[in-house]
Amino acid sequence: MFLTPWPIREFDNHENELDAIWIAIMRRSELIGRFAANKMAVAGGIIVLALFVVSLLAPWMSPYDPNDINLGKMLLPPSPDHLFGTDQLGRDVLSRMIWGSRISLQVGFVATGIAVLIGTILGAISGYYRGWVDAMIMRLVDIMLCFPTFFLILAVIAFLEPSIWNIMIIIGLTGWMGITRLVRADFVSLRERDFVQAARTLGANDFRIIFIHILPNALASVLVTATLGVAGAILTESALSFLGIGVQPPTPSWGNILTAGKDNIDISWWLSLYPGLAILITVLGYNLLGEGIRDTLDPRLKE
Amino acid sequence: MIRYIGKRLLFMIPLLLGITVICFAVMRLAPGSPTDIQTQMNPKSSVELQERLRALYELDKPLHVQYLSWLKRLVVLDLGRSFMPDQRPVADKILERLPITILINCLSLFLIMAIAIPIGVLSAVHQNSWFDKATTLFVFAGFATPSFWLALLLMIFFGIHLGWLPISGLRSLNYEYMAPVAALLDLLKHLILPVFISAFGGLAGISRYMRANMLEVIRQDYIMTARAKGLSERLVIYKHALRNALLPVITIMGLSVPGLIGGSVIFETIFAIPGMGQLFYMSVMSRDYPVIMGILFVGAVLTLIGNLLADVSYALADPRIRQS
Repeated sequence: MFLTPWPIREFDNHENELDAIWIAIMRRSELIGRFAANKMAVAGGIIVLALFVVSLLAPWMSPYDPNDINLGKMLLPPSPDHLFGTDQLGRDVLSRMIWGSRISLQVGFVATGIAVLIGTILGAISGYYRGWVDAMIMRLVDIMLCFPTFFLILAVIAFLEPSIWNIMIIIGLTGWMGITRLVRADFVSLRERDFVQAARTLGANDFRIIFIHILPNALASVLVTATLGVAGAILTESALSFLGIGVQPPTPSWGNILTAGKDNIDISWWLSLYPGLAILITVLGYNLLGEGIRDTLDPRLKE
Repeated sequence: MIRYIGKRLLFMIPLLLGITVICFAVMRLAPGSPTDIQTQMNPKSSVELQERLRALYELDKPLHVQYLSWLKRLVVLDLGRSFMPDQRPVADKILERLPITILINCLSLFLIMAIAIPIGVLSAVHQNSWFDKATTLFVFAGFATPSFWLALLLMIFFGIHLGWLPISGLRSLNYEYMAPVAALLDLLKHLILPVFISAFGGLAGISRYMRANMLEVIRQDYIMTARAKGLSERLVIYKHALRNALLPVITIMGLSVPGLIGGSVIFETIFAIPGMGQLFYMSVMSRDYPVIMGILFVGAVLTLIGNLLADVSYALADPRIRQS
């Protein structure tokens, strides 16, 4: 599931490799057990999994073509034919929501992937080398944190075309600061440890020490932040699409269905209610999963 | 104390410079040059006019020269003129809209404190009670709720279904004929939904944070000492524990400023409130670059000021910081 190349340090302490492997297996099953005992985390995992299934099976699950315009069926309230009603062009809202889940998934993962990549590399360099490189990167983080993120995203989008790729890239480019700080903090303490010294004595170069030896030990906090980051990216995308500067119609996204909800606010509540609920449940799922992973990997952090 | 504030102010200078560099970098993202937009829209433009504009923006000079002259104009708050037909100075456009945005953000910060702190304290003091569990549920739901969606639902319910609250603008149509008291009430009525929506995002986070702080403080030795010397539970919690648990919240409040300002785009657009956020949204839609750059810069400066205020109030509240 979320297994990291975890017990790297364990291998150092055991001469017998079989012992080490055994311990690794025990450790993993213990982690899985702890995760399974956490009801909130399991609920989050199920929600996230269900979303994957829905977006994967969108062509077979959606009852209608999401872009099938039918002006005879405009703004129909929910009925057995159209469970979530129809929009201002007579399109089936449920079908559009099912296809919209693909957008959320895509934005969530690509944007977070970019943020994690930048954040991890900058944080690792900063925490490993310290000195003026560290000072420069940390000041850059401070400066970036001064900008209201939403302002920065809007300003950049105003200069570029609001396509889905641009949006994913911009959300990623404005969301790496937290991860940088986390990874840096981990590296600052890990670089002083004996196993790093050992690796250096054995002649490993900086690249190898950073990425092979230290990074795997810092991945736990990255994984948690990334899971929570997916939730944040989905929220941001839906807000942008809602404002009409995100995913452009006719491509369905939960945010731009809500725009139609706002335009027809006095007649059709269903256009506002259901897509928002979908966003809420999705974000809730990722948040629960993220917190669950944190509690599993590091029970000391549990409140 | 004055030395401390002076030090914080000095620390702000490199950040401010960094902000201008990033703003300038974003501005250079524009495809083509800023003059194209002004001239392409204008049928009267000629090659000669384009050249003059180019010279005005000093686009023919190297990048660092451009940056320095832009910075020079920034210092005297000359943010250029809007690309809109009215061609008004950007600084004027922003300044006339800033007060309402700041008013709403201050009100919502106040609301956050008034609700989140008691919730956090109570759920920490009665850990694992039904109240604690209910607020935990609320917090998780709150984190996941898109504020613009909640705004839509509240508009439908309170504005359209019940008809209690107005759903757009700051004033009713007959505002001018109202008595002063009625006018104030009218304004307040228009502010209820926007302020609540703008506060909502922070509520969950800060009450959670307050709860964690309080739990941490309650476990400290000095709380045990206070109990051991026979103080009443109320005195222990509300005098000894609360004061210490409140300290870090000041910093978090400062850190939540960029989120609040960023959120103003969303709620001002939804509720049609003539503030800076709405101006920003309209400028993005019409690609009014000078206004976009101006607001981006002002937003970052407001964040810096928020952080400074948080640092100073932290120092005022915590003698340990003041003395070091």
